Amino acid sequence: MLRMNQLSKVFRTHMIETHALRELSMHVREGEFVAVTGPSGSGKTTFLNIAGLLETFTAGEYHLDGVDVRGLNDDARSRLRNEKIGFIFQGFNLIPDLNLFDNVDVPLRYRGFKAPERRRRIEEALAKVGLASRMKHYPSELSGGQQQRVAIARALAGEPRLLLADEPTGNLDSLMARGVMELLESINEQGTTIVMVTHDHELAARAQRNVHIIDGQVSDLDDGPRLAAPRPAAAAANPAAAVNA
Amino acid sequence: MTRYYFWLATRSLRRNPVLTALMVAAIALGIGAAMTALTVLRGMSSNPMAHREDRVYRPQVDNWSANQPYDEQGNPPNLMTYQDSMALHNARKARRQAAMFPNFLAVEPANPEVKPFLATVLFTHGDFFPMFDVPFLFGGGWDRQSDDNNARVVVISRAMNDRLFGGADSVGRRLRMQGEDYIVSGVLDAWQPQPRFYEISSGAFADVEDVFVPFGIGIEKELTSSANNNCFSDPGAGYQAWLASDCIWMAFWVELEGAADAARYKDFLDAYVQEQKARGRFPRPLNNRVNTVAEWLAQQRVVGRDAQTQTWLAFAFLIVCLINTVGLLLAKFMARAPEIGLRRAVGASRKQVFAQFLTESGVIGIAGAALGLLLTWLGLIGLRALYGDTATGRMAELDAGMTAIVVLAAIGASLLAGLFPTWRACQVTPALQLKSN
Repeated sequence: MLRMNQLSKVFRTHMIETHALRELSMHVREGEFVAVTGPSGSGKTTFLNIAGLLETFTAGEYHLDGVDVRGLNDDARSRLRNEKIGFIFQGFNLIPDLNLFDNVDVPLRYRGFKAPERRRRIEEALAKVGLASRMKHYPSELSGGQQQRVAIARALAGEPRLLLADEPTGNLDSLMARGVMELLESINEQGTTIVMVTHDHELAARAQRNVHIIDGQVSDLDDGPRLAAPRPAAAAANPAAAVNA
Repeated sequence: MTRYYFWLATRSLRRNPVLTALMVAAIALGIGAAMTALTVLRGMSSNPMAHREDRVYRPQVDNWSANQPYDEQGNPPNLMTYQDSMALHNARKARRQAAMFPNFLAVEPANPEVKPFLATVLFTHGDFFPMFDVPFLFGGGWDRQSDDNNARVVVISRAMNDRLFGGADSVGRRLRMQGEDYIVSGVLDAWQPQPRFYEISSGAFADVEDVFVPFGIGIEKELTSSANNNCFSDPGAGYQAWLASDCIWMAFWVELEGAADAARYKDFLDAYVQEQKARGRFPRPLNNRVNTVAEWLAQQRVVGRDAQTQTWLAFAFLIVCLINTVGLLLAKFMARAPEIGLRRAVGASRKQVFAQFLTESGVIGIAGAALGLLLTWLGLIGLRALYGDTATGRMAELDAGMTAIVVLAAIGASLLAGLFPTWRACQVTPALQLKSN
């Protein structure tokens, strides 16, 4: 799904060169749930931004779902991002003056779906995260955990092959964090590849594989999937039930 | 996507009504001021003979003094002597030709309830009416024979017909002026060329005359122009000396077959002046012209410098308003950097972000156009109230063309103002915005 070879990223100003990634190589297989950990400034976020095509890289190769992304122009990168990737951010990044329906609608608009198809996907996505009854509510009317679930619904609506999560529980209390994590696990079980950047070792331990980045390089790479932490059976069958708890 | 962009724009503008109102007001004020000034300038600069631009010409011959040019620009005199206009008229080298001068005659209405009054009169030849494509409500002008015989016929304006004959068809009825009866041959339909190009010496933006009378009758009555009579030397005593003098007081117009014919007519004028030089007149170098109406109005500077300066100032004000709008839009768009970052992350290209934010600028322009139109309309009402029956007051009318210009200018101005803020919005680095929010 995601294959990076010898990837480097150098930020240059006229005074300083900063090497954010140094010949980083990583391979994430289809359907995996990978946690990327590392201290602050290690290059985790740069890795995630490059993986999500939000930033370019200086050297190396990156194939996303078989597509070599080097040399793609802004239109092509945007299209690829829209079709293949869903994002979940620490700060939720919902648009405050759009209701939940319209927030989830944002990526679908750029995909060019007709209105009935968009409506179906939005309703399904919001139902999946347990917020089907609150479509007309605005983000400010929701708790932090609910807002993150809307963000997950927005990421899911486009039915992406890859979900990139950047500290998805960083702004949530432990109860809400657990609910969101269970939701992500459930999504992964249904076949979506997830790459999650986190500081939280407990959360990382629930992923199938951990990748540790230090100084822009992978320092510890598990090369095979392993079992995640045990999950409640009900949550796996119905993720909304788990997060609504 | 266009509908989606419009929908987003209206939501975004409703979210911050004070800021939106400020931007709309800035666009509308600038547009209102610029368009009010432009409306007046456009009215003054219009060419009422544009549809006959290659037919109607104003000849000029330079009979002025050997000691000084007629004006500082070296133009020939703006009027003609009686003897030259008669010579050119009688030569009949054009398809149509008419000399003219304005004066007044006292009208003695048959209706005792209407008191006698002074009517503005243009003494001219019968070719005046077909040459200028003058519209008639009833009847028509007079023929060459009536010119030659000084027939007592008149054409009256529609307002005059309303006043004297209650708007009825008055063709064939009598009109008594200064003790003489004239037969009405025609009644003009609404006709008010602006500027009144054919006789600007009595006011380029004045009303069309009340009565049109055969040219020879004015001479028979020993009248001169009630507007300009200019001499560079003493004309001598008596009316015959006046007619034989080099004093200028006649407007003279011809209808030709086109631009090539104008060159031929110019040759004719040159030949005429050479002939006059041989007789001891026209001491200055050859300086004859055959002007189109547009050339004539430009040469005579019918549009005053004040109107032009006022328009420049109004447009400068529009630029100030636009700069303010640029600042407000920039603040508004940059405040939405997190939204831009999010949209880019979920698949919007730079082009799509550009289109979304430029649409928002356009929506401000549409609102600015509506308010700007209202302000322009109010501005013109104000000008009419202030300047009344002057050129500025008369030109202060908003027509369909100007309305379209106001709307397009407002939308264009707001798109222009939105370009830089929109470009800046497209430069937002999504990764940075997403992490910091």
